[in-house]
This record gives sequence, C-alpha cells and structure tokens, in this order.
Amino acid sequence: MSMDRRTLLKGLAVAGAGAVAPVEASEKYAEAPEDAVGMLYDATRCIGCQACVTACKTANNLPGNRYNPPEDLSGETKNIIRLYQDGDESSYVKSQCMHCVDPGCANACMIGAFKKREYGIVTWDPDRCIGCRYCQVACPYNIPKFQWNTGVPLIVKCELCNHIIHDPDTGTLREGALPGCCQACPKEAVIFGRYTDLIEDAKQRIAERPERYWGPDGEPKIFGLTDGGGTQVLYLADLSFEKLGLPTLGDHGTAKQAREIQHGIYRGFIAPVALYGVLGLVMWRNNRAAKKEEG
Amino acid sequence: MASHSHAQPVGGPLNKKFVTFMVIFLGIWAAVLLYRFIYGIGVVSGLTDYYPWGVWIAFDVVTGTALACGGYAVAILCYILNKGKYHPLVRPALLTSALGYSMAGLAIVIDVGRWWGVWRIPLGGFPDMGSYNWDSALLEVALCVMAYVGVLWIELGPAFLEKWQSTSKNSALVGFARAGLKFYDKALIWIIALGVLLPTMHQSSLGTLMLLAGQKLHGLWYTPWIPLLFLISCVGMGYSVVVWESSLSTRLFKRQREDDMLTGLSGAMVVIVSLYLVLRFADLIISGKTSMMFTSGWLSIVFWVEIGLFAFPLWMLMNKQRRSQFPVMLRASILLMLAGAMYRFDTYITAYQPAPGQTYFPSFLEIFVTFGVIALEISMYYFIVKRYPILGGATAEGAAE
Repeated sequence: MSMDRRTLLKGLAVAGAGAVAPVEASEKYAEAPEDAVGMLYDATRCIGCQACVTACKTANNLPGNRYNPPEDLSGETKNIIRLYQDGDESSYVKSQCMHCVDPGCANACMIGAFKKREYGIVTWDPDRCIGCRYCQVACPYNIPKFQWNTGVPLIVKCELCNHIIHDPDTGTLREGALPGCCQACPKEAVIFGRYTDLIEDAKQRIAERPERYWGPDGEPKIFGLTDGGGTQVLYLADLSFEKLGLPTLGDHGTAKQAREIQHGIYRGFIAPVALYGVLGLVMWRNNRAAKKEEG
Repeated sequence: MASHSHAQPVGGPLNKKFVTFMVIFLGIWAAVLLYRFIYGIGVVSGLTDYYPWGVWIAFDVVTGTALACGGYAVAILCYILNKGKYHPLVRPALLTSALGYSMAGLAIVIDVGRWWGVWRIPLGGFPDMGSYNWDSALLEVALCVMAYVGVLWIELGPAFLEKWQSTSKNSALVGFARAGLKFYDKALIWIIALGVLLPTMHQSSLGTLMLLAGQKLHGLWYTPWIPLLFLISCVGMGYSVVVWESSLSTRLFKRQREDDMLTGLSGAMVVIVSLYLVLRFADLIISGKTSMMFTSGWLSIVFWVEIGLFAFPLWMLMNKQRRSQFPVMLRASILLMLAGAMYRFDTYITAYQPAPGQTYFPSFLEIFVTFGVIALEISMYYFIVKRYPILGGATAEGAAE
C-alpha cells in the first residue's frame, strides 16, 4: 500500500517537473522550412493603385473590385491596401496573411483545418473547420476572417495563392506562377520568391539606400525577420510598423509559450493519469474505512 | 456511499403560470435560433472579425461551466477530503452541474459557424482519424467537456434509477434500475474520480486558451499562471453556487436548509479565495507588472473592481461567527459568483484588445439567445427536482407526493 503510494507520488513529481522543463515539441516550427516561399512588400515602392486588391479578388474568385475598394479584410477580401496619414507623414500599407513561421492559427485549430504546408504556406481546409473562430483569437495580425452573414460560413484568408503556385500532383511549384497580387503590382512593391532570397533582397535594398527605410534607432528594420517568431511575408517601410498597423511582437511567437504550458501540463499524459489514480485510491480507502465503521 | 435515501422528489403539480411562460419564451427563442442558423451569426449578434468571441462563449460556455462546478467542488469535499456530512449537497450540485454543462454544449453548437462538423471532434477529425492537433488547448477543452457532460449524467444516474425502481410499473425498467444501482455501488468511485479529474483538466485549459491571444490580451490578465487562476476560481464559484442554490431551493420548495454544511462551505471559500488573491498578486509582482495595476487607464479600474469583488466577500466570510449567519453567506457567495464571472469576462472580452479602435457590445438578440439557454436550464431543473429524488431535507408536506 505505502509502496503504491510512493510510486504514484513519484509519478506526480515527474509530471510536475515536466511543467518546468523546456519541451522539445515546442521547437518544431522554430525555423522556416528550408524550401519556404513568401513575399516581400516594400511600402516605399507602393503607389496605392489597388491593382493587387483586384487581382487578389480575381485570383481567388471573390466578389468586389478596386472601384469599390474594401475598407478592411473581410469574408470576401483577402488583401487590401490602406493609407496611413498623419500630418506630413503618409504611407500605403498592404495587409494579407503573414504566413508565420510558427502560426498561431495552426496552433489553435483543433483538428487541423489550419496547417502549415509545403513551402511553409499556411492554408485552411473547409472540411475540417467547425467555425469555432479560435484562429481569429490566436492570430496576432487579425487576418482570418469569418463570413458572418450566411448560414454556411467559410473562413477567408490569403493562402499565398497556393492553388495557383503549387502543383498538388507533382508537389512542386509551378514554373513562373505568381500569387495574384505579385503578378499585378506595376511597381514590384510586392514580390514573390524563396524566403531566403527575399531576405537577401531586403538586406540589399537596405544596404543600397539605408536612409529610405525606417528602423528603431535609425537602424533599418525588416519586419518579420524575427517578429512573433518570424513571418514568411516580410515588410519594409519608411515609417514605424506600429503606425502602419502591425503589432509589436517579441522574437518568439505567442504560440510557443502557449504550447510549452499546455504540453508541460499534459506531457505524456502522466499528470492526468496519476491524478486519476490518486483520486480513485483516496476514495477507495475512504469507502473501505466507512464500510468497516458500519459493520 | 451511493445511498441517498433522504433525497426526495419535491412532488406536486407543475406551476401552470411558470410552465406557460417558459413555453412561450422558449418558443420565441427557438424562432431566433432558426433565424441564426439560416442567415448566419452576424444577423443575431454583435460579433465581429475582431471580436469573434462574445457573450455566448464568455458567459454561456466559460462562465457557465465555471458556475456549474458545484458538482466538482462538492465532490472534492465529500469524497476526496472525505467529509461525508456534505453528502446531501452532492445531488443538487450534480444536477446543476449536469444541466450547466449540457447547456454550455448547446451554446457551443449555437456559436460555432460550421456546427454540422462538430461530430468530427470526438471522432478524431474524421475522415482522417487521429488528426488531432494536440497543441490546441481548445481541443482539450472540447474533448474534456464532451466527456464530462456524459460523466455528470452518469453520476446523477442513481437519482433516476431510484425513482424508477420504487415507482415504475414496468417490470423491465425496475429490473434495469436494480441492476444499474448494483453497478453504481461498485463503480461509482471510479466514475466520481473521473468527475473530479475532467474539470481539473478543462477548467484550467479554459484559461490556457487565452494565452494564444498573446499581446491582444492585456498584461494584467495575460499570465502563464492563467490555468491555475482559472482552476482555483472555478472551485470558489462552485461552492458559491451550492450556497445560492440551496438558499433558493429552500425558499421555493420549502426544504430544510443545511445550515452547518453551508457554514463549512463558506470556510472552504475563504481558503480558496485567499489562495486565488495571493497567487494573482504574486504573479503580477514577480513578473514586474506592479505598476500596470495603476497605469492601465480604465482597465486599471476594471482590474480593481474585479479584485474588490473577490476581496469584499472574503472579508465578509473571514469572521467565523459572521459566516455562520445565512444572509451573510448568501450575499458573499453571490458576490463571489460575480467576481469569478467578471474575471472570465475580463479575460475573454474586456481586457481582450485585438486592435486599436475596435469595440464589441452584444446585440439584443445575442443576449436574448443567452437568456434562452438559461431559461431552458431553469425549466429542466424545475422539472427534474419535482419528479426525481434530488433535494434533501424534506419537510413533511414536501415529502408527501
């Protein structure tokens, strides 16, 4: 009896230690996949023509066009250009899914409607989605949108035109295929490419014209290099990213901490099983004692 | 331990006015729900893409299940800490828990947009079995809550079986009831253990859920300790509900009140709430957020109101003499329910700030839908205590059916 108890307590102690120790599973998205693709948006090149907005709608078969420009991302808009203006300062800014290296939405999604797939593209699968909208809570950029005015709603967000650029039969990228917005942009303000190439490109632009780009303490910054654990869509701008509506995030995604806590508590399911055993044992003893008393 | 011989149905005819009112009210509610299921969530609610979760989640599910922790809290006291004298409180607490959790399940179906796919969750994401995302705290909550609803009704089973055994004219049903009760005699402790384990898991995960909101949740509420804070506060809410419910049922159904048991519960509340407050402040101080308590603008005020709602009833119950007075106990427990509810509302709505300039306020129909869920729960409670042996402390007239 006392032996049993000691073993159980030991189990509990191990489970308790699990809550403190770092968890290997949490490292699984630590870096962008090797073959990752993404986009680089340079706000200093953007002229606000909204060609990308229309092209996105065409590419994704969504209603609306640039003559009636959407004010925000929504259940029928996956990409928009907004104007930030304050006194003399102004800049356009594009919004679409950032294709996080460690996406909050994919972390939140119960049965994997959101997944980080080949080339690191974050996609949504209607057949698995139950419409709980936890992805909307979990996205630091508020990107996934829900169709509120229909009985059969979908979640809508940029999937990097996965259906255009990715050939599901061969599993490779289609030669020369581009996401709608990148194809339409007349100024190459948004370009598509391999993630590592895009980083090089951004660094080169900064090296060539450092005065053109904003950064904390005058040091030009590429948004998405580390922000929130990194994003496969990178931003350059001549104003602070906060002004342009991008959140200030640490170097680790929030997903990481949430995962560490959740896995810490439930590591190997030891703690719940041990607790169940202890509870049952305690009651069994109480019960036996009560029966003895009775007769 | 399964014998509840003192629990008796309230009996007597159903109150006609009450039943008529409920039928009409729930009829209108059903019509609103039909409207929601055809035209979408947007037409009946104030929810937006920035505030995808509103009162349906924050109240019906998160607060609702915490208020339904009476069964959990009393089971810990009665079976784990072996305080057998609390036994008469178990059944009424289990009934409110079973109803509360069932209603939370219903609220989830109303809230999720693609509700027809909910069955994929227990089946491992059918058709690809086992495609669970174990990173998701919500998955753990969903599975646990589904399992716990079942466990609660099983725990409550003896109440129905006893009734059938003693009054049914159908011999097959009597036989079934007899066999069932025999089974409970052996298995009940393992079922109860499950009934304690599951809420421990998902009530804490209901807190963990909001960690993914990251920087969108204000620092005074965002903490890695959130699972622990949610767990402790739900136990406190559980005891409060038992006190409150006991007061109501004694008044409405003329039952004898279990005063010293309730005094004992109030003592337990003192321990729980003190622990909660100590942890809440310790966390803020350790993580260097002390100044945030005063410099967060209107959220500082919200924070202190919330803390006050916990601290004031704690002060009321501190004195042993005072907490044995029923009105003090009742007032304190109502305040504590509010406190726990506010903590949950703040975490899910008030302190959740997705983007500058975005606000949320529930629409009339959205609140109406929530009232409908509560009305359905009250109706079922009323019907079950009238017909089945749930409440103890019967008076002579109450026992005569």
